[in-house]
Amino acid sequence: MSRIMNWIDQRLPVSNSLKLHVTQYPAPKNFNFWYLMGSLALIVLVNQIVTGIWLTMSYNTDAAGAFASIEYIMRDVEYGWLLRYMHSTGASFFFIVVYLHMFRGLMYGSYQKPRELLWIFGMLIFLVLMAEAFMGYMLPWGQMSFWGAQVIISLFGAIPYVGDALTTWIRGDFVISGATLNRFFALHVIALPLVIVILVFLHLIALHEVGSNNPDGVDTKKPKGSVPDEEKSPYEFHERYTKKYDIVDSIPFHPYYTVKDLVGLSIFLILFAAVIFFAPTMGGQFLEPPNFEAADPMRTPEHIAPVWYFTPFYAILAAVPNAVLGVVMMFLAIVVLFLVPWLDRSTVRSVRYRSKLHKANLAMLVISFIILGFVGALPPTEFWTVVGRITTFTYFAFFALLFIYSKNEKTKPVPERVTK
Amino acid sequence: MIKRFLLALALLLPSVAFAAGYSGPLDKANYDLRDKESLQRGAQLYMNYCLACHSMQYQRYSRTFDDLGIPQELGEELLQFTSETGMHKTSAIDTDAAGEWFGLTPPDLTMVARVRGPNWIYTYLRSFYADDSRPFGVNNAIFENVGMPHVLEELQGTPRLATERRMVDGEMTDVSVGIRADGNGTMSPEEFDQAMLDLTNFLVYTGEPMILERQRMGYFVIGFLIVLLILTILLKKEYWRDIK
Repeated sequence: MSRIMNWIDQRLPVSNSLKLHVTQYPAPKNFNFWYLMGSLALIVLVNQIVTGIWLTMSYNTDAAGAFASIEYIMRDVEYGWLLRYMHSTGASFFFIVVYLHMFRGLMYGSYQKPRELLWIFGMLIFLVLMAEAFMGYMLPWGQMSFWGAQVIISLFGAIPYVGDALTTWIRGDFVISGATLNRFFALHVIALPLVIVILVFLHLIALHEVGSNNPDGVDTKKPKGSVPDEEKSPYEFHERYTKKYDIVDSIPFHPYYTVKDLVGLSIFLILFAAVIFFAPTMGGQFLEPPNFEAADPMRTPEHIAPVWYFTPFYAILAAVPNAVLGVVMMFLAIVVLFLVPWLDRSTVRSVRYRSKLHKANLAMLVISFIILGFVGALPPTEFWTVVGRITTFTYFAFFALLFIYSKNEKTKPVPERVTK
Repeated sequence: MIKRFLLALALLLPSVAFAAGYSGPLDKANYDLRDKESLQRGAQLYMNYCLACHSMQYQRYSRTFDDLGIPQELGEELLQFTSETGMHKTSAIDTDAAGEWFGLTPPDLTMVARVRGPNWIYTYLRSFYADDSRPFGVNNAIFENVGMPHVLEELQGTPRLATERRMVDGEMTDVSVGIRADGNGTMSPEEFDQAMLDLTNFLVYTGEPMILERQRMGYFVIGFLIVLLILTILLKKEYWRDIK
């Protein structure tokens, strides 16, 4: 066995990479619940890829046969319904996990120096994931697939001068048609997943270069020679890390965090299975009722709402009376997230040691985002439009306020080492 | 204020998914997918009264017979009026002609229960009433100006809107108090309600024929995962004992 390993290691750095990234990777020992989301997101990605491969085996990309092929998968393919529900539920769970993961980053300042690029890669993953989900939602070719795509693609038509030409270019036709379906299929099953996998790889490499943040937001890699031997973590870490730093309060990722993540994974799978087996449509939120009717270009559904994970951004779009400005604001709502590392000028990372104002501001962001999610799903009425406008304002206010107060923020003293 | 706002949010959420024209109350359909006799009666009603116009193109005859406990030969003899064994259920009607006759091609009903919900179907089927202003002399209380004739009239009898004169806002007006059949049908009101429940049951089944299998498998999967969770918790505790 070891002879085979030696033979391989002389040709490919397998053992060394495993040590560097798994068995001798120093992870802070005080990770909490929020730190499970990263590995869960990776597992959901694998779930989406694997179930997706099997779904493509029976899916028909022809506009005349796409809807029927989904029902063929549901009824005639062995365990096809399970594959389909795993994939559709996985899409929603992907966003749940990713939103929690992003909130963790905001809460503990995981975007601050030196993790700016790590945050940017994460945001790029989020952006591509939204495109991936949008294109995937079109493939069943139901009423909501068709009309949802109709609404979203026509947004680009609001851009002055090039709008019409641009929408035609995106659709590959003057209306949404089989041509659109085919290109969305190509993008959904190969182009975007490939981009996501590459970005995830870069996200992980960047993470391991700078090291994980932790709920206290304090560095666990101290300058070389600054820590007495008895204070250092008593584990063997890869020399890549120990050569430059003295490592404190850390434990090897494997086995400690692998076994902890297994607990998180088990809980996650119980929730995941509960939805797949007992509420696959989640009351019409994960799979919308009108999507069980084949796409009909001649008949508009009474209320077109995007799936829940897009509704906060959709609400921002709807809150602005001017169409062009609405589209701009919607994209700005995502762009502004990219800028967070530079908007936050505080040097204290974790919310634990930041001002009451910052805590209140972060709470306002979360509440605004959740209310926007509701507003985006509801049929527009006068009352909800007003609520949407107020919460759009408070959503953007978070970022503006953060920029203003963070420079001279009254923070609490940050401990030298992580707390228990 | 905040409480009232949150309450409003919570109350509005269900309507997000089911916004579909009629928004009044629906009768509850107490269907039971385990009741095979009910499903068989529902299938019989569908094949005899609905399938002539409404296809069920995503569901196979053979699958239906298997799931409902109907022997294949018996099913083919008594219930299969269109297309071949093992094939999907197509309607007998010429869809282009139907589009002209009814103003709309009668929709496929395989998944109508997933689109509209069981309660809607159950209420809809029992909400036809005589209305001379309509081409077929019939209208529907929850689907205004529906293009469909009341094909079940021979079972229900001629349904009429029953009204009562009541005082509303200081004026005597006719208030609708429901629909009553004339009594010229072959079924009593109770029998008709049961028949419509059977039909609803059958449509819930065809919308997602694997529901029971899915739920049965779910108990095993979640049971297994709970055992896995206990083991992983123990494993984690064992490893983390020495970390201070």
